[in-house]
Amino acid sequence: MKTIYILPLVAALLALAGLPVAGAEAPKLPVPTLEQRVGDLESYMNNAARVTDGKAESKVGGGGPGHSAWMMTSAALVLFMTLPGLALFYGGLVRRKNILSLMAQCLALAGVVSLLWWACGYSLTFGKGNGWLGGFQHAFLQGVGSDPNTDYGQWVPHSLFMVYQLMFAIITPALTIGAIAERMKFKAIMLFSVFWMFVVYFPAAHWVWGADGWMNGLANDAAKIKAIDFAGGIVVHMTSGWSALALCIVLGKRLGYGREPMQPHSMALCMVGTGMLWAGWYGFNAGSAVAADGVAVNAFVTTTLSAAAGCFTWPAIEYCVRGTPSVLGFCSGAVAGLATITPASGFVTPGVAVLIGIVAGAATWFACNVIKAKFKYDDSLDTFGVHAVGGTIGTILAGVFATTAANPNLGADRIKAFVGSTLWLEQLKAGALVLVWSVVATVILAKLVSALCDGLRVSEEVETIGLDLVEHGEEGYHG
Amino acid sequence: MKKIEAIIKPFKLEDVKEALKDIGITGMTVTEVKGFGRQKGHTEIYRGSEYTVDFLPKTKIEVAVADSLVKQAVELIVKAARTGKIGDGKVFVSSLEDAYRIRTDERGDAAV
Repeated sequence: MKTIYILPLVAALLALAGLPVAGAEAPKLPVPTLEQRVGDLESYMNNAARVTDGKAESKVGGGGPGHSAWMMTSAALVLFMTLPGLALFYGGLVRRKNILSLMAQCLALAGVVSLLWWACGYSLTFGKGNGWLGGFQHAFLQGVGSDPNTDYGQWVPHSLFMVYQLMFAIITPALTIGAIAERMKFKAIMLFSVFWMFVVYFPAAHWVWGADGWMNGLANDAAKIKAIDFAGGIVVHMTSGWSALALCIVLGKRLGYGREPMQPHSMALCMVGTGMLWAGWYGFNAGSAVAADGVAVNAFVTTTLSAAAGCFTWPAIEYCVRGTPSVLGFCSGAVAGLATITPASGFVTPGVAVLIGIVAGAATWFACNVIKAKFKYDDSLDTFGVHAVGGTIGTILAGVFATTAANPNLGADRIKAFVGSTLWLEQLKAGALVLVWSVVATVILAKLVSALCDGLRVSEEVETIGLDLVEHGEEGYHG
Repeated sequence: MKKIEAIIKPFKLEDVKEALKDIGITGMTVTEVKGFGRQKGHTEIYRGSEYTVDFLPKTKIEVAVADSLVKQAVELIVKAARTGKIGDGKVFVSSLEDAYRIRTDERGDAAV
């Protein structure tokens, strides 16, 4: 038990030790000329690198106000997707005896992942190290201050980029818990998620998004696989979705699955959560431009159109197949459209977004209705069916349809030869590797956590009574 | 003295109540209940999962009436609650030993 108290102390000391280093003396730069000063302003307007960069002292200190304002808003929007968007979306879909367990898990992940991110998660993901993992140079946020880290954003403070990316790190493990809802021990979920962040999320996010990541085709000249992932098709939806499938199979079905009624206890809450997810997704996708620029606006538009197309397609299929378009169909289709456009949102044109949304709605409907019924796994809330299927399709389609017309960064020498030709193959390679990594890691971690927690599942009695009362000592509803 | 128990479709409650009021029946007990008869339940589909809901919501009305009113009351209930579609419900009549009005000690027909 003592180590529990010692760890934060050590951490605090380390953080304090880091403070003087962060303020290390900078070399004195010459006073900027008028040309350079105007150049900096133009760069701010165009979200380009500073003209004074290293050559003269910039009179525009830190980040730029407009870009920073949008990124703070985006960070809050992405957190809003988890708290309470996803908590309500998932909470409404379980039985009433388990609503609080989903909410507790979302809140607990927000807390724990934030601390991991502060301690070393951010550094391991976005710090420079090798192609596989970042270093510890930003542990306890050393050197993460108001000056932009130009590897990731020219006009956004490093600390703001850090906190924005934290919100992605929170929602990713939170997506996974949908597949294992209503039957896994709380402590096993938390332990699994902590291990999973270190083994899957931090590395995979570094591969695809890290400045020196080996799959970062957009920013790393030395990338072995020239993949692109605008807002997390691979990093968020594929890692969480495929891990979810592996974990729900390892865990087994809920008691009475397929025999007892397990209807969503509140489609109203589920719909409220869906609306929050959709609205929050603008921070997720348009925010991933790390600027309030044209790429961000294009992502905003593509996100809207894909969500709308998905929201139309899924219930349209239901209407054709069984005559009643359901609210859960609208919700699922919208989320599928959003998840699928995510990797492509900043790379494709609006017309393509409509196509992607339609494909998303149809493919995820098929996965949740046909594939799930055929293979009989209990992916309780369809994390695999929506996020893994959507994220994977979106990742490949991003490779097919990415164009410099939507994102000038695709014109860079390191990637332009792939755009419009074999980029989809790079996407396929990156996606397949992350898929295999996620599944294998999840199975191994699940076995490990099972050994540490004396099994992953709650007892049959607890599962019957409900997780809320036994695991959290509360009930979502009385009477 | 008889007790009439009527299981009806919930939206017919207002019609039945008004009909009984017209013949001077001034009190009743109403409960929300669930059950099934020939109508059986219905199916609900959530994404790929289909669930059969066996018990449907119904309304149960309990009225105690003097023997002289029983036939008329039952006829009125049946008329007011009927839609002609499956699931209209049932009426049960059973004999009642006695009745007491708590406030006044009245007994029998005077108490209902």
